[in-house]
Amino acid sequence: MNGFNGNADGLRGAQREAVAGLPDAGTALAELIERMKGAVAFDAKFVGIYSGGAWLAERLAEAIPGNHPVGYIDASFYRDDYARKGLKPEVHATRLPFEIEGATIVLVDDVLYTGRSVRAAINELFDYGRPASIELAVLVDRGGRELPIEATYVGARLVVARELSVVLSRAADGTLALATETSSEPRHA
Amino acid sequence: MRNPQLNANGELTHLLTLEGLPAEVIRRILDTAVPFTSIGERDVKKVPLLRGRSVFNLFFENSTRTRTTFEIAAKRLSADVINLNIGASSTTKGETLLDTVDNLVAMNADMFVVRHSQSGAPHLIAAHLNRTGRTHVHVVNAGDGRHAHPTQGLLDLFTIRHYKKDFTGLTVAIVGDILHSRVARSLIHGLTTMGTPEVRVVGPQTLLPTAVESLGVRVCHDLRAGLVGCDVVVMLRLQNERMKGALLPSAGEFFKHYGLTPEKLALAKPDAIVMHPGPMNRGVEIDSAVADGDHAVILPQVTFGIAVRMAVMSMVAGN
Repeated sequence: MNGFNGNADGLRGAQREAVAGLPDAGTALAELIERMKGAVAFDAKFVGIYSGGAWLAERLAEAIPGNHPVGYIDASFYRDDYARKGLKPEVHATRLPFEIEGATIVLVDDVLYTGRSVRAAINELFDYGRPASIELAVLVDRGGRELPIEATYVGARLVVARELSVVLSRAADGTLALATETSSEPRHA
Repeated sequence: MRNPQLNANGELTHLLTLEGLPAEVIRRILDTAVPFTSIGERDVKKVPLLRGRSVFNLFFENSTRTRTTFEIAAKRLSADVINLNIGASSTTKGETLLDTVDNLVAMNADMFVVRHSQSGAPHLIAAHLNRTGRTHVHVVNAGDGRHAHPTQGLLDLFTIRHYKKDFTGLTVAIVGDILHSRVARSLIHGLTTMGTPEVRVVGPQTLLPTAVESLGVRVCHDLRAGLVGCDVVVMLRLQNERMKGALLPSAGEFFKHYGLTPEKLALAKPDAIVMHPGPMNRGVEIDSAVADGDHAVILPQVTFGIAVRMAVMSMVAGN
């Protein structure tokens, strides 16, 4: 795994040093918007992965110039840990109110870690049609990849201990915040 | 004794009956079914959850609709489906039910969907699998005798919640042949568990089980009285094939007293929905004008039934 400094050529994600401790979510979002402006196709469709990615996709669609309809994806039915963990308690309905066939898609997620959620989301997208291209935008990249998946746009990079999970939350007034939680490897993670 | 449907963590591992199933488990099944409803509308009507698993439809009693919807549900979850229409032939060769099951487990079955004319048959199979430590094999009851038809009960609950949002303010009438109806029993247990304040059963004395009040329902022998103020009307099929002796004068007489017509339906709330588990006997328990009318949600029930069965199968197979 070399997700911190070994990004493939041509990726527009920042080659920044990973920071210890959590970045401010607002600052990371501003940075992500900066990286996407001018780089994202004018008609790219934003697909947020529930729940954090869905909130971010809405913010990005407002902030980034162009016409960016927003869809939502919950790839629970495509996860590779179903046999070990079963179905997670709350599955949202995937809603993609536009054609996937031939579309330019930007998948949006809050935290990029193992890459397994992104793999599942890409598989689900292809059951709706064949997109022209898929890019990936994430608020934070915490390394730790278990699959050959990298983000196209990254808001912040950080190093966190394996036993911690990084969680994005949204307050009633819409303020986003990042926090760490001790992940006790729950059955339905 | 532990509820044989739940594992040590209280998670659903078989679905045998709605009786005694906690409200949060029922709610979770209904919630999980929601995202499955949209899969039937996609180009690729499949998700890979049960890829590589073998689901055996074990139907000891005839059924087309239920078997087909279970088969569609399993296929949309990418499972391999094997249909066994055993009917009476297996017993003629002398094999016991549990021997049949053991043979199919030896063929690496992962799930049995069981319909049987004997109440308790799915329970017997599940208890046998639990007792012999084969907890990775799951049982879903697709209707046993007069006992239970839990996936039908769940799809009825799903339909009611879809149109009425909540159970806690509702008046529901279940009309017709309650005596022979496992659908009615499952729905009554489901409705009361989910906090429905008024469940009425409406039918002639001869088609109501004795002491049906003990299930927490109100008994009405008059359809008009039973329909007044209802949010939901569930019509049951008159099960002629199960009738022994003189329970009814005739189908025509039954329609006169208990058939749902537009005029009688007008006694229910203006936004009442009319449900029927199918297959319908038009002109016996329901008038065509009602069956094809604006209040009927009978065909959405069928569509929801697939999503609900997908939810049940994907939950039990993962636990």
